[in-house]
Amino acid sequence: MPMQTEHELHRRRRSRNVGLGLVLVAFVALVFALTVVKVRQGDLMEAYDHQPRVSVVPQEEVSQ
Amino acid sequence: MTDTHAYDRTPEAEFGDYIALLKPRVMSLVVFTAFVGLWVAPVDIHPFVAFCSVLFIALGGGASGALNMWYDADIDAVMKRTQSRPIPSGRVQGGEALGVGLVLAGFAVMMLGLAANWFAAGFLAFTIFFYAVIYTMWLKRWTPQNIVIGGAAGAFPPMIGWACATGGISVESLLMFALIFFWTPPHFWALALFMKEDYHKAGVPMLTVTHGRETTRRHIFGYTLVLAPFAIWLGLTSVGGPIYMAVAVIANLLFIIGGWRVLRRSEDAAIADNYATERGVFKLSLYYLFAHFLALLIQSWVGGW
Repeated sequence: MPMQTEHELHRRRRSRNVGLGLVLVAFVALVFALTVVKVRQGDLMEAYDHQPRVSVVPQEEVSQ
Repeated sequence: MTDTHAYDRTPEAEFGDYIALLKPRVMSLVVFTAFVGLWVAPVDIHPFVAFCSVLFIALGGGASGALNMWYDADIDAVMKRTQSRPIPSGRVQGGEALGVGLVLAGFAVMMLGLAANWFAAGFLAFTIFFYAVIYTMWLKRWTPQNIVIGGAAGAFPPMIGWACATGGISVESLLMFALIFFWTPPHFWALALFMKEDYHKAGVPMLTVTHGRETTRRHIFGYTLVLAPFAIWLGLTSVGGPIYMAVAVIANLLFIIGGWRVLRRSEDAAIADNYATERGVFKLSLYYLFAHFLALLIQSWVGGW
């Protein structure tokens, strides 16, 4: 049997931890779902990747 | 064992105290008006993107609420209505509220940019800045026009919602702004007339304190007159229609009549019946705004002109 008493403080601290945990889980789910929606819509996803690619170079340069 | 009572002096907050920092009741108005602004816009966006957009606009509103509570803790501690807020009651430290407000504001703006577009995100950032800095830190303690100009912060959400869908501003979104902007002064001053708060003690220059209650009554009536043309004008744009127009005409007539009755009353008569008319007009103002935005929603659903 653990030799400690539950202070009212621990209840408040737990409520904070559980609350923040749920918020983080919800945020992860939200970003995932948003990603799925954006990818399905075919939005532009290519970012600059530190070297020129055909898709990110202006059209005139490609044709030269 | 002398440190056992140290906890009692700086009590740790529970989760609900941080929720209270975000002013949930103000947030519900932001959610509603932002959603209507987004819904009535002529551009269709994916329902989940719309949901996320409204959520992040609301989060931005909550963040500015937390920043407001951080800065105004000294005022809140003086006035009875606000004494039980998380910071004056000692449940949350001022620094914590500042941190929560800044972090949530950053998250809300970045996520709105990623979910909708960066124009809407910039608009949200400006709104948070306007409420937290222009209104809370500057206007509120400086001029009796505080709630008039500060009301702009509460009027931006439908414009941000519209911007999420369209990526811009148009006459419809500007008129939705005007509807809330000119509605705010009569709404708040009606409250100020019957909530005899210690604004004076707290050092907030409310119109009732600086210019007297007679002037406040005149201002209430004046603003109901200014408000009506904008409400009707909104009904003539692409988001309007017969349903909205009918609601707008009736609601504005009632509001003007209410403003007139507030104007005609003497302070003695008001004290005699415990501000029954002022309370009635305040309640009417809540229905007024709700009815207009609900009518816009229904009108967009059944089709406009």
